[in-house]
Amino acid sequence: MQIDHATVRHIARLARLAIDDAAAPALAEELARVLELADHLAGVELAGIEPMAHPHAQTLAWRADQVSEADRADAFLALAPEARGGLYLVPKVIE
Amino acid sequence: MTPGIAQLAQTLRARDTTAVELTERALAAAQARVGLNAFITLCAEPALAAARDADAALATASASVLAGIPFVHKDIFCTNGVRTTCASRMLENFVPPYDAAVVEKLAAANAVSIGKTNMDEFAMGSSNENSCFGPVRNPWDTTRVPGGSSGGSAAAVAAGIVPFATGTDTGGSIRQPAAFCGITGIKPTYGRVSRWGMIAFASSLDCAGVLARSAADCAQVLAAIAGHDARDVTSAARPREDYNAALSTSLKGIRIGVAREYFGAGVEDGVAGANHAALRELEKLGAILVDISLPNSALAIPAYYVIAPAEASSNLARYDGVRYGHRCAEPKSLEDLYTRSRSEGFGAEVQRRILVGTYALSAGYYDAYYLRAQRVRRLIANDFAAAFASVDLIAGPTAPTVAFKLGEKSADPLAMYAADVNTVAVNLAGLPAISLPCGFAGQGRPSAAGAGCAGAASHGLPVGLQLIAPAFGEARLLNAGHQLQQHTDWHMREPAP
Repeated sequence: MQIDHATVRHIARLARLAIDDAAAPALAEELARVLELADHLAGVELAGIEPMAHPHAQTLAWRADQVSEADRADAFLALAPEARGGLYLVPKVIE
Repeated sequence: MTPGIAQLAQTLRARDTTAVELTERALAAAQARVGLNAFITLCAEPALAAARDADAALATASASVLAGIPFVHKDIFCTNGVRTTCASRMLENFVPPYDAAVVEKLAAANAVSIGKTNMDEFAMGSSNENSCFGPVRNPWDTTRVPGGSSGGSAAAVAAGIVPFATGTDTGGSIRQPAAFCGITGIKPTYGRVSRWGMIAFASSLDCAGVLARSAADCAQVLAAIAGHDARDVTSAARPREDYNAALSTSLKGIRIGVAREYFGAGVEDGVAGANHAALRELEKLGAILVDISLPNSALAIPAYYVIAPAEASSNLARYDGVRYGHRCAEPKSLEDLYTRSRSEGFGAEVQRRILVGTYALSAGYYDAYYLRAQRVRRLIANDFAAAFASVDLIAGPTAPTVAFKLGEKSADPLAMYAADVNTVAVNLAGLPAISLPCGFAGQGRPSAAGAGCAGAASHGLPVGLQLIAPAFGEARLLNAGHQLQQHTDWHMREPAP
């Protein structure tokens, strides 16, 4: 399994992680090794086997469309690195 | 011997001690063993306040058996007003405004949490070396790892600081540290204990559970935390069994499948030997040992290390430096805010798993990796289903080795992942499993029964026996564990202080 540096950078971009150029070759090698593990799955006979997403063939529970919790916006906003006037603040997106 | 829950509960009711006294003693023991690095946060003041409440509850007739018993929470459970870090720089200063369901339930039972334990960052690891607060040390040999990811919880119980701890298990994170530290650990069926307020790693695999000295103690705690919770949509809507009542059931005629593959290459001789010895004890108690095969076992690690990172990459996308958690200094743009906050906040293993998961879910690879792994997951679940048609429980070593040295595997992710070879399949199938102390191996010979507890140097390191049950078979697991522990004393061995 080979993963080139461009692929590592592309995956890192999708994951919003910064990759140091100097570290990219080692990381590519490491990822390739981990993904080689997954290559053990390639030859397995899977005809008629459905994917399994949940251990108990159980569907997610539904609940009534009703307010179940009190408004605690202030408590949650207090956790934000930057918030003002009931809003989360981020760097300007549109100039 | 450090007393267990039943003994402490009795002492409390006899007024021979108080919850405040037990809590002070546990806090002092935690301080005395600070070198283990088992704790991220000690909560002396809230613990003493809870202990006073417990003493008041104990004065009434309706106090829970856990009332006044000190314990610790893995730092993955949200605790209202007490920082919850998941051992990550990302959440280093995160103070949740609510309690996890497990935290609520143990508080309602008046159990006294004295602190939050160290762990692998976001529960990703098998050695507790992936913590931004540094590694935990194994009380049996402080040059060795306690296992992971619930390493701090296991070390705190093994060192006798508290009689029980909460933990979580996504691929073995309760069972493997329990095995490495010579204690008992139960991973319940997926959905048996609410995940509400438990920081997510891989949501189709994550389970909350218990680490304690004995199966009987695990039963008491599991009885308190198990049950349906409408706030967790994957919570099982079925009543829990009476775990305590089941403990005394005879094992006569119970069929235990000994899984051939669990004794395969990579399993140390001493570990296999200790497991066979424990199985012979179960046989003496009336169990029938049956040779079985789980033919797709070798596919469990590859499938797990696609599915778990895929789910992790999705779950951890929430850490963006906006609503809570680490934010980088002076972000130049929104993109820069996301990328730098995440790169600074996550450790190396977490980043590695996010990248692997992102790759497995990306366009062009989704079918080849993620979908294929999910189909193999069903093959593995089918293996268990087929085996349980003819046996009641499945047995094998919890981990292939005893506790390894700090640093021994940390440079090689694949060597580290192999530590989970006998545990991850259980999570993929969503089944319950327990790890029971079953002797000692390596570094010398196991001691004769009752011949003192001088620690690792002369007795070797603890070995765990894993028993697996069909879904919702926790009562059977605890029963088998308790019966074994009534007739053996491996679980009573303690490391030298």
